[in-house]
Amino acid sequence: MKLNELTIKRAREGLRNKNFSSVELTRACLEQIKKHNKNLNAFITVTEKKALEDAKNADQHINNLAIGQFNNYPLLGIPIAHKDLFSTKGIKTTAASKVLEDYIPAYDATVVKKLKDAGAVIVGKTNLDAWAHGSSGENSDFGPAKNPWNTEYVPGGSSSGSAVSVASDMCLAATGTDTGGSIRLPASFNNIVGLKPTYGRVSRYGIIAMASSLDSIGHFTKTVEDSALFFDITSGQDIFDATTLPNPTESFTKNLEKGIKGMRIGFPKILKENSQELEYLGYFEIAKRLIQKLGAELIPIDIKHEECAIACYYIIQPSEVSSNLARYDGIRFGNNRENFGDEAKRRIMLGTYTLSAGYYDAYYKKAMQVRTLIKKDFDEAFKNVDALISPVSPTPPWKLGEKISDPLKMYLSDVFTVTANLAGIPGLALPIGFTKNRLPVGMQILGPHFSEAKLFQIGHAYEQATEWYSQKPNL
Amino acid sequence: MKINVPHIAKLANLPLKPQEKDKFEKQLSEILSYVEKLSEVDTKDSETTSQVTGLENITREDEVSPSLTQEEALSNTKNKHNGLFKVKAILED
Repeated sequence: MKLNELTIKRAREGLRNKNFSSVELTRACLEQIKKHNKNLNAFITVTEKKALEDAKNADQHINNLAIGQFNNYPLLGIPIAHKDLFSTKGIKTTAASKVLEDYIPAYDATVVKKLKDAGAVIVGKTNLDAWAHGSSGENSDFGPAKNPWNTEYVPGGSSSGSAVSVASDMCLAATGTDTGGSIRLPASFNNIVGLKPTYGRVSRYGIIAMASSLDSIGHFTKTVEDSALFFDITSGQDIFDATTLPNPTESFTKNLEKGIKGMRIGFPKILKENSQELEYLGYFEIAKRLIQKLGAELIPIDIKHEECAIACYYIIQPSEVSSNLARYDGIRFGNNRENFGDEAKRRIMLGTYTLSAGYYDAYYKKAMQVRTLIKKDFDEAFKNVDALISPVSPTPPWKLGEKISDPLKMYLSDVFTVTANLAGIPGLALPIGFTKNRLPVGMQILGPHFSEAKLFQIGHAYEQATEWYSQKPNL
Repeated sequence: MKINVPHIAKLANLPLKPQEKDKFEKQLSEILSYVEKLSEVDTKDSETTSQVTGLENITREDEVSPSLTQEEALSNTKNKHNGLFKVKAILED
């Protein structure tokens, strides 16, 4: 196996045992980027020189560490990438928008700093739908990222480049943001694992805001275990983000090996209406049967207000977008407002409209009330089950260009994912197989607030039984 | 649902090209018609939710700590004058 194909866990073992160096590992990732980024467009910026310097320092650090100290640096020498929405001190941060095409932050986002402190090596900044607005990756002002499993297809968005970079072994893990499905959807389109944490579990400080009451900061990894390891680092309280929650007291890896025997797992009673392709739903049925075989009890659950979730979300989210994007005036940094792309313009106008005098009650307030009902539906469901499983997307990846001129059609791709953001609950997306055309299919596991450890437990059990992560795209 | 695109764009300080008006009018009207379905949901007894995890009154100590230098704060602007941001006049005499 090539070094860049390793999981974080295996790479750490190799680094600790000095089977290879961080420089060798980082170089393997950079070579993969050089070979394939032209075609896949996963990265907006590659920080080759800095990455190799950091890797060299990591190697020195590893050599000097006393026995037992290695665990204090859980990502020492591990190459990762950041979605280009995360502020990185001294490294251009564009949000994939022409408005910020030459913006260089003077500070690091809290998550960026935490990952640096853990020893991670940053190989670059990944492509996305501009401002994280989109479900396909095509709204990037710097051209769309492509799906590594078939470059005629979208990789899913908005964290398109992060998902592609991990799926095509250009790095071992990458950060992302999930406001309505922007981590889970691209994870499921790329045969990798994506975590959307509980709202407030990871600091948003220094990450360009989209919709502040919905934004969750998460990540992409090759396996569920890596996702838990990564979450141990990023989660926790931050004085710079008042919505963050007290630090977890135990490692998120603690339940991994416990299995799911005796667990009660819910699944959506009605799926057909929301999904356009029955063949595709069959993969979810297979996954359900396996969950049952692993010892869990399956229970049909009805999230009554799910059918109005997209309408609710596409009022709340653009309203908050219009407010957050008001600060981009080209005075203190960035270019002026003429430089916004079409999707940002649509959301700014939509939000300005729904918040404007005379319309606020009918739109924003109403949506915030419906949000309460959706949250209550989940509260009720979780009295009865440990977790819920559902497809991530109503369809497999679609072809580039297929939905780009029909914004509403694009919005409906988020039908299964937005509910978790509205309720603030965590969701773990993981691979459950491939379509006949060899495009990845994913499932999401949702749980009550703060239940990430349990989601990892279920996900790990499923992953151990299927090992979809061993399948690699033919680049 | 008809949306007055030039008016909304003006409120949002968003310069639009003349040819963009019709396209956005059609797309935004479609989206607004779709979200109209919320009006059918009974929310009579429902409070609004803006903070999902229930945190309240989160404050921190107001302590002095290092911040960006003037040079760093100005490092990304294209309009500065004598170490300050330069903006267009708001009031004219």
